[in-house]
Amino acid sequence: MEPKKIQAPLSDDDVMALKAGDTVLINGVIYTARDAAHKKLVELMDKGEDLPIDLQGQFIFYVGPTPAKPGQAIGSAGPTTSGRMDAYTPKMLEKGMKACIGKGLRSQVVKDALKEHKGVYLAATGGAGALLSKKIKKSEVVAYPELGPEAIHRLEVEDFPATVVNDAYGNDLYEEGAKQYAR
Amino acid sequence: MRELAASTITDQVAEMCEEANIYLGEDVFSALKDALETEESPTGKEVLKQLIENVEIARNEQIPICQDTGFAVFFVEWGQDVHLTGGSLEEAINAGVKRGYDEGYLRKSIVKDPLFDRKNTGDNTPAVIYTDMVPGDKVKISFAPKGGGSENMSAVKMLKPSDGEEGFVDFVVNQVKTAGPNPCPPIVVGVGIGGTFDKVAVLSKKALFRPVGESNPDPRFAELEKKIKDKINDLGVGPQGFGGRTFALAVHIEDYPSHIASMAAAVNLNCHACRHLEREL
Repeated sequence: MEPKKIQAPLSDDDVMALKAGDTVLINGVIYTARDAAHKKLVELMDKGEDLPIDLQGQFIFYVGPTPAKPGQAIGSAGPTTSGRMDAYTPKMLEKGMKACIGKGLRSQVVKDALKEHKGVYLAATGGAGALLSKKIKKSEVVAYPELGPEAIHRLEVEDFPATVVNDAYGNDLYEEGAKQYAR
Repeated sequence: MRELAASTITDQVAEMCEEANIYLGEDVFSALKDALETEESPTGKEVLKQLIENVEIARNEQIPICQDTGFAVFFVEWGQDVHLTGGSLEEAINAGVKRGYDEGYLRKSIVKDPLFDRKNTGDNTPAVIYTDMVPGDKVKISFAPKGGGSENMSAVKMLKPSDGEEGFVDFVVNQVKTAGPNPCPPIVVGVGIGGTFDKVAVLSKKALFRPVGESNPDPRFAELEKKIKDKINDLGVGPQGFGGRTFALAVHIEDYPSHIASMAAAVNLNCHACRHLEREL
């Protein structure tokens, strides 16, 4: 199956066109955040304060890259385990986030929130940090520089490959895929 | 008595940190290519192709294979006829880690205390070091940068002797099943059996240092490694958990004698980037 090209940010219609099992190539601007940045963002939300980035329609990529060498846009940059962000994800979706990219299982609460807010969870290939770094053309820190690799980066990506795991219809590739090949 | 300078250890360790994180061993690389031949799922094949391409890009452009360049874990076999000069072994290794992770543009992933402020130490130290005194005048240093995602899906269980082979196999398979896509499959499964609570965990770690493709020297355990691997692959989880026939590249069991009341077991998981390197000095 040919991968679908998609452009960030996403509208509700874009999200509803994605189904678990689809492979996609993402183009445009996406943002990074992992544990520490999520904690800070959600603390701001709880206090009713403005966020350092507008989440409307955005992709959040769970990644903590290696330092870039001179001349590189970014170092090795594969996804980290998404489950650690489960506690924060429903609130991120409430604030307009449409897609998150990581690897590994999500909680039922997150899957329900994806349905409720029309969002999608994608997995990039875990451990393919060198390959994925080649799809990132530009990287700059836009918030929390003190967090080092955990700072929020704005990334410009070209044909960044990912697979839809949990869609807005409640489908789960991890469950369906394993069922198909179990013996 | 042979003398070995601490600075030599530091130099070697610094090189090993960079090399292991950029160049995947031929053992694991071959296993990935073999898996591409046998995988039935189209999505699984696509993942394996990406992983093979990733290894090649890392080698050709000196980019770390994975952004998680790990906790630096060392097993040192120290020949008892070697005298270390100019510093302690622990300091020498940590100085090598600090230099290797800095000069190699590797990620610093260690925080000073696990519970309170979790402040990054900034140089990926301290390392985790196991030292065995052995006969002879050689020093063997084995290094693995151990990723956190797969480490988090590991477990120790004090089984009862009456649990037998079935209980042991069920423990390992269920642990891997629970881990699912989280440890970045296809995985290498390190298993320990026997010894004490602490010993069995170290055995399971040591199992991950064995080259993929080698079996336990005891044919009974070698048979069990094969049986467990088949059961794991029959779960259908496949590469990255998208469904397929390659969940585990290998199962390695390391064994040790056991107390009459115990049958300790441990599972330590490693992602497909099963990086390990050894040097003899």
